[in-house]
Amino acid sequence: MTVDTLLQRWLDQRLDPDAAQWLGEALASVSKVGADRDLYRCVSLVSRKLGKAPLGLDAAALGDAAQARPGWDPSTWTIDQAARIRLLLAAATDSDTFVRRLDQLCATADMDELVAFYRGLPVYPDPPRHRLRAAEGLRSNMRVVFEAVAHRNPYPAEQLADEAWNQMVLKALFVGSALDPIVGLDRRANATLARMLGDYAHERWAASRSINPELWRCVGPFASGRLLADLERLIANGSPPERAAAVLALRSASDPEAGRLLERHAGIRDIVSARCVDWKSALQFN
Amino acid sequence: MRFIDPHIHMSSRTTDDYERMKAAGIVAVIEPAFWLGQPRTNVGSFIDYLSSIVGWERFRASQFGIHHYCTIGLNSKEANNEALAEAVLDILPRYLSKEGVVAVGEIGYDDQTALEDRYYRAQLQLARELDMLVMVHTPHRDKKAGTVRSMEVAIEMGMAPDKVIIDHNNEETVRDVLDRGFWAGFTLYPQTKMGNERMVEIVRQYGSDRIFIDSSADWGVSDPLAVPKTARLMLERGIDPKDVEATCYGNALAAYGRSGQMDESHWLNTESIDQRELFEGNSVLRGQNPRVDAAPASQPPAAEMVYK
Repeated sequence: MTVDTLLQRWLDQRLDPDAAQWLGEALASVSKVGADRDLYRCVSLVSRKLGKAPLGLDAAALGDAAQARPGWDPSTWTIDQAARIRLLLAAATDSDTFVRRLDQLCATADMDELVAFYRGLPVYPDPPRHRLRAAEGLRSNMRVVFEAVAHRNPYPAEQLADEAWNQMVLKALFVGSALDPIVGLDRRANATLARMLGDYAHERWAASRSINPELWRCVGPFASGRLLADLERLIANGSPPERAAAVLALRSASDPEAGRLLERHAGIRDIVSARCVDWKSALQFN
Repeated sequence: MRFIDPHIHMSSRTTDDYERMKAAGIVAVIEPAFWLGQPRTNVGSFIDYLSSIVGWERFRASQFGIHHYCTIGLNSKEANNEALAEAVLDILPRYLSKEGVVAVGEIGYDDQTALEDRYYRAQLQLARELDMLVMVHTPHRDKKAGTVRSMEVAIEMGMAPDKVIIDHNNEETVRDVLDRGFWAGFTLYPQTKMGNERMVEIVRQYGSDRIFIDSSADWGVSDPLAVPKTARLMLERGIDPKDVEATCYGNALAAYGRSGQMDESHWLNTESIDQRELFEGNSVLRGQNPRVDAAPASQPPAAEMVYK
């Protein structure tokens, strides 16, 4: 099943007859040639006409989504978001026009519209053409907009170069966003990011500010030298979640010194193993 | 008592203002699109400005527990640049249907030129097409004639009077506006336009039907607390609290609530303030501890706040 078909089906299940009729008419009007004005107006009107309730997809629907577009996770999508993306896709002709319209829409968007447009990144035609758009969304520090790109979205891991990817991860920590919902976090870990995160941790320590223990998840595989010293400090003197995070990070490190460090802190290492702590539960470790 | 300031340009105010407004009992504001004190030279400036009042400014207000709505339009001063006005008219429809846009406005006359008239009419036409309310800015000079003309043109263009708010009234215009069935807004500017004392007398004379007050606070000398301060003065001068409530809250809500975009439930069931949210690279905080309200932000009793 295609993305359009799925979006239409989910909306049909949630919309009352009046709303469904409005959407049907809107889809017809934006499919016409040169329908820019209709498209801009209909996309804005969506929240007035259809509301913003959660789409509330069940496991079967999420399975369909992942089949239609590998990695696509609309579990947190709302009706307005689904309808706005449905309209954009229905109006799509060539990718030049699509990019131009998306730029126009983003330039005049309100907050909820931006969230919809960025959540739609993985289902747009001609994926490589939206890299600048994705980077623009990540530059936004309105957290909900940033997270529309960064969280539950396969697009960044698939399309962003290391430089942009690293900025995204660092920015997530900066604005207090969780790292766990970032798709491809472990796969895209790299030595430069590990170095940047280590520097960031030192900045925070110097200012006596706390650090999200998830930071060490991207450091672990590349930990050696100074980064190992940081992890040693953490496993010895950190808060309980930090100590658990240090264990997980050291377990993922390839430097043999990491194994010796874990050996020296076998107590915490074994508790973390026995309780099957992972990166999600590490934050609640006590 | 809760207050609404139905005409205030928050994008030129500070976070101190937001804090004081919240403490004084203001629950909602309407930010009409206007000019920036000097004329814009290209449509891109309008796009960024209009995007900011449906975006960043609304977010900023929310950080202080204030609900932010806006009106979208081409103001009368800048209607005199024909090339610019044409370009702005082209982009207005992209904003008018957005969430929280309660009217086309503030539009109307400044010098009452032919171009002002053309774009006032064009925007009344847009309001008709999109079934929207209209907020009319009445001119500072030749006010009485300009106000009457604004109403006559609105009627001529097919607007129902009860869908048009005529703002910046004074003793000379109020009778005409009310008699013709329009809503009458009064702007309380320190030193100019309406003073608080004069406003008390108007409510004493005309009652509270279809009358409401606003601060129009902007980058000039103005007072974002004008609405709660005038409410206090009205109460002190023996105006019936029902009339105070109507002119400082209820009537603005009734007028703009007809847009379907502004509803009392928005602040009565308000979400808690969470200043940890960030917008476009900027938090409203600069290293301070974020204010995070546990429960729905409790409404400070206005009487308590206003009198202090």
